[in-house]
Amino acid sequence: MTYIAKPQFHHPGLPKNALGYTRRDYEGAVSTLCAGCGHDSISAAIIQACFDLDIQPHRVAKLSGIGCSSKTPAYFLGNSHGFNTVHGRMPSVLTGANLANRELVYLGVSGDGDSASIGIGQFVHAIRRGVNMVYIVENNGVYGLTKGQFSATADKGSKSKKGASNADTPIDLVMLAMELGATYVARSFSGDKEQLVPLIKGAIAHRGAAFIDVVSPCVAFNNHPGSTKSYDYVRAHNEAVNSLDIISPREEITARYPAGTAAMVTLHDGSQMLLKKLAEDYEPRDKIAAMQFLMKHSAAGQVVTGLLYAEDDSDDLHEHIGTVLAPLNTLGDAELCPGSRALAGINAGLR
Amino acid sequence: MKPTDITNPDYFHKVVDCQLACPAHTPVPEYIRLIADGKYSDAYMVNWESNVFPGVLGRTCDRPCEPACRRGRVDEEPVAICRLKRVAADNKDDVRALMPMAPFKKNGKRVACIGAGPASLAVARDLLPQGYHVVIYEADPFAGGMMRTQIPKFRLPESVLDEEVGYITALEPELRLGQRIESMKSLLDEDYDAIFVGTGAPRGRELELPGRQEAGANIHIGIDWLSSVSFGHTTSIGRRVIVLGGGNTAMDCCRTSRRLGGDEVRVIVRSGYDEMKASPWEKEDARHEGIPIFNFLVPKEFTHVPGANGTPRLTGVTFEKVKAERDAKGRRTLVPTGEPDEWVAADDVLVAVGQENSFPWIERDCGIEFDRWGMPVVDEKTLKSSHPRVFFGGDAAFGPKNIIWAVAHGHEAAVSIDKLCHDEDLQIRPAPGVAVSSQKMGIHEWSYDNDISAEDRHKVPHRDPKLTLRDIKMEVELGFDLKAGLAEAQRCLNCDVQTVFSTNLCIECDACLDICPTDTINFVPNADEADLRARLRIPAINLTQDLYVSEPLKTSRVMIKDEDVCLHCGLCAERCPTGAWDMQKYLISITHAGPACRVAK
Repeated sequence: MTYIAKPQFHHPGLPKNALGYTRRDYEGAVSTLCAGCGHDSISAAIIQACFDLDIQPHRVAKLSGIGCSSKTPAYFLGNSHGFNTVHGRMPSVLTGANLANRELVYLGVSGDGDSASIGIGQFVHAIRRGVNMVYIVENNGVYGLTKGQFSATADKGSKSKKGASNADTPIDLVMLAMELGATYVARSFSGDKEQLVPLIKGAIAHRGAAFIDVVSPCVAFNNHPGSTKSYDYVRAHNEAVNSLDIISPREEITARYPAGTAAMVTLHDGSQMLLKKLAEDYEPRDKIAAMQFLMKHSAAGQVVTGLLYAEDDSDDLHEHIGTVLAPLNTLGDAELCPGSRALAGINAGLR
Repeated sequence: MKPTDITNPDYFHKVVDCQLACPAHTPVPEYIRLIADGKYSDAYMVNWESNVFPGVLGRTCDRPCEPACRRGRVDEEPVAICRLKRVAADNKDDVRALMPMAPFKKNGKRVACIGAGPASLAVARDLLPQGYHVVIYEADPFAGGMMRTQIPKFRLPESVLDEEVGYITALEPELRLGQRIESMKSLLDEDYDAIFVGTGAPRGRELELPGRQEAGANIHIGIDWLSSVSFGHTTSIGRRVIVLGGGNTAMDCCRTSRRLGGDEVRVIVRSGYDEMKASPWEKEDARHEGIPIFNFLVPKEFTHVPGANGTPRLTGVTFEKVKAERDAKGRRTLVPTGEPDEWVAADDVLVAVGQENSFPWIERDCGIEFDRWGMPVVDEKTLKSSHPRVFFGGDAAFGPKNIIWAVAHGHEAAVSIDKLCHDEDLQIRPAPGVAVSSQKMGIHEWSYDNDISAEDRHKVPHRDPKLTLRDIKMEVELGFDLKAGLAEAQRCLNCDVQTVFSTNLCIECDACLDICPTDTINFVPNADEADLRARLRIPAINLTQDLYVSEPLKTSRVMIKDEDVCLHCGLCAERCPTGAWDMQKYLISITHAGPACRVAK
């Protein structure tokens, strides 16, 4: 950790967004994670994405569980709502919060331990219900806070810092999320913000369950030769299938691409998502083909990154169960207590 | 771009903006840290070695360091560097034991310094401890030059000047006070190995207007008048005074007039307020004493009436009103507005419209070449004239500048003289000394205070004008007290503690880039400089500030750091997991006369 607070002075040329905020206004407290932790880069990417999208900080709820990853919401969006839940229980609390107030941006931040071990039951249900959220797993393959035991996402055969080999089969959270019906699924790498920031922006703009698995090296316990989640390994085995550009409604679209290499998708908030193909044979809207591609490349030891699956016209939990459009805290007595005649009507309908 | 060569002392010297801007290259952050540590004597000595007159300069310096201060680029105002120098001078202990102690073993070489102002005294200070016999000639009965004759005592108390001149006279030069040199030729005939001319710019520029001769009794040349006040020959002035001119001499004239009986003192200037040559703080101090400044008025005539004893008596000055316009070539010129002239009544007028050099005592056939403006031809690097044994420095070399430039010239001339006396090529100048030390003490501990103070610049308290306007010797500025001095010292960003990057240790985790409060760090594909500057996270538009470029990294990108607004907070090094960033102090000191300045044999 660092002893001094980050100085408030900033570059005089630091840009402001449509709200008049600089990127620095989206920061939180100084990180207490180990120096060089990939999680800090993900925090920086979230800050950049929220700044770029002109998001009002008080319209964001950031929720997390327990672990190094789950500490990070303290280090970004210092003026947003935060909830640090019991270990692995973030998805349930997020689901409840989302049902109560559908108007906020929900950011669930979790780790491989929090989501793939203790909280896997919570994780799968939040995804399959289609809760409108951005679910980020900061995936380093080890339990960092307890000194680097293998987590459930550690690859078979990968080596611990002490040299032990992992014999268990890993859980691939991306495959799980796709199978469970997440409507926006991506994988990225903490060391590649050019890829990660647009993916987060796309996930925020997306309606429905958006899941991003971010490989985030643990500098203290999982950044050695033999690790499959180290900076060097991921850089050497990274297979980016596409690159994404999110263009907000007020921006002009300047780039031109030859036909067939890029797809333009309009999102619910009016922004445009420009998806540029890097791998010829990858089609992120064909779930079965995408899953096959992922399994094939994963078996070859490659880390496939990019926007892996996106459903064009997605919906969410509120639509599934037909909830009221307004946040619950805006409902008055008249809506909540419609009177005995309405009650009689309901009762009659149930007879 | 090519990787930056940080072994070249010029690279990190440029990053220490204040030190680079100081003509004498005073290691500013070093002495400010010492002040923050309460080591006032050490802070004083760092100054003394570089600029010779810390107490004087801490009150009177033109402070080229402050506009250069990096803090001014991220905060509203720079660090009050100049007044911190005074904190060191005011609070030091007896420092004589820390200075070279006469007598020195003589080396048999004799050097004459003409004029006992800051330039000559700096030459003497550098050469005496090396064993030179230095003879200082001074026309006035005291040493100090313009520091004594032209700077009013309410800005620079005599005791401060006496003390710092005393440190040099304690080195035992041969002082010949009251002895004016009338002929360079005869001086050249004496057995001096080198002659240094530090005679300043002693002549005030004249203003030849109608009425100048007739009303001359009440029209004074500013610097001569100040000198006369300084020596106690002039003790009063009329009730209504006009000061003509907008430089620092004009400011000293008007404030001195206020103390000698001038109730209605006006400064009247040709140019606009912002274009005046006086330092902003000096203009401020004048206005603080109730002296109005009038701009865009060009003097046309001194008006007068016949006086009681038949000689004309000054009544005032007529001015033409002008405005600033740009001519076809875009240059600013002053053109009449066409409004009626303005007449301002006055009992005395002080003319402070510039200073000139004057060398009537240098015969033009003695081997010293002069240009068509009557200035000696002097090499800017070596300070040597066209005569192999004659050197010039201070205002005498290149016209009026200020004390700190005179000191800087003195140092360089002393190096030249030392090399001349050792048969060396004067053009080969010594490289500065560089002491590098890592500041790392622990995982997040540094031996400098890396926390950045968010405080605004502190104001120097002034004495009540009711008191200071009554006593011409009472110092106006009180200086920072210890508390304010400490707080101001904390505002320094420690720009000499450099961010040093080791390419081979970097794992490109982005931790430094994410933590940097001013977005100076980038990891990008290499390109040429113009392209890179435009492509950084925040484009590097300040072209005076360098880009620090690493060797190619594993991903074949390079690390580019824009030095412009780096706070030197060390967070990049704290967040670096591999120690690829380190904070290292590069203490750069200019090599002065002595064995170190000579080529090793």
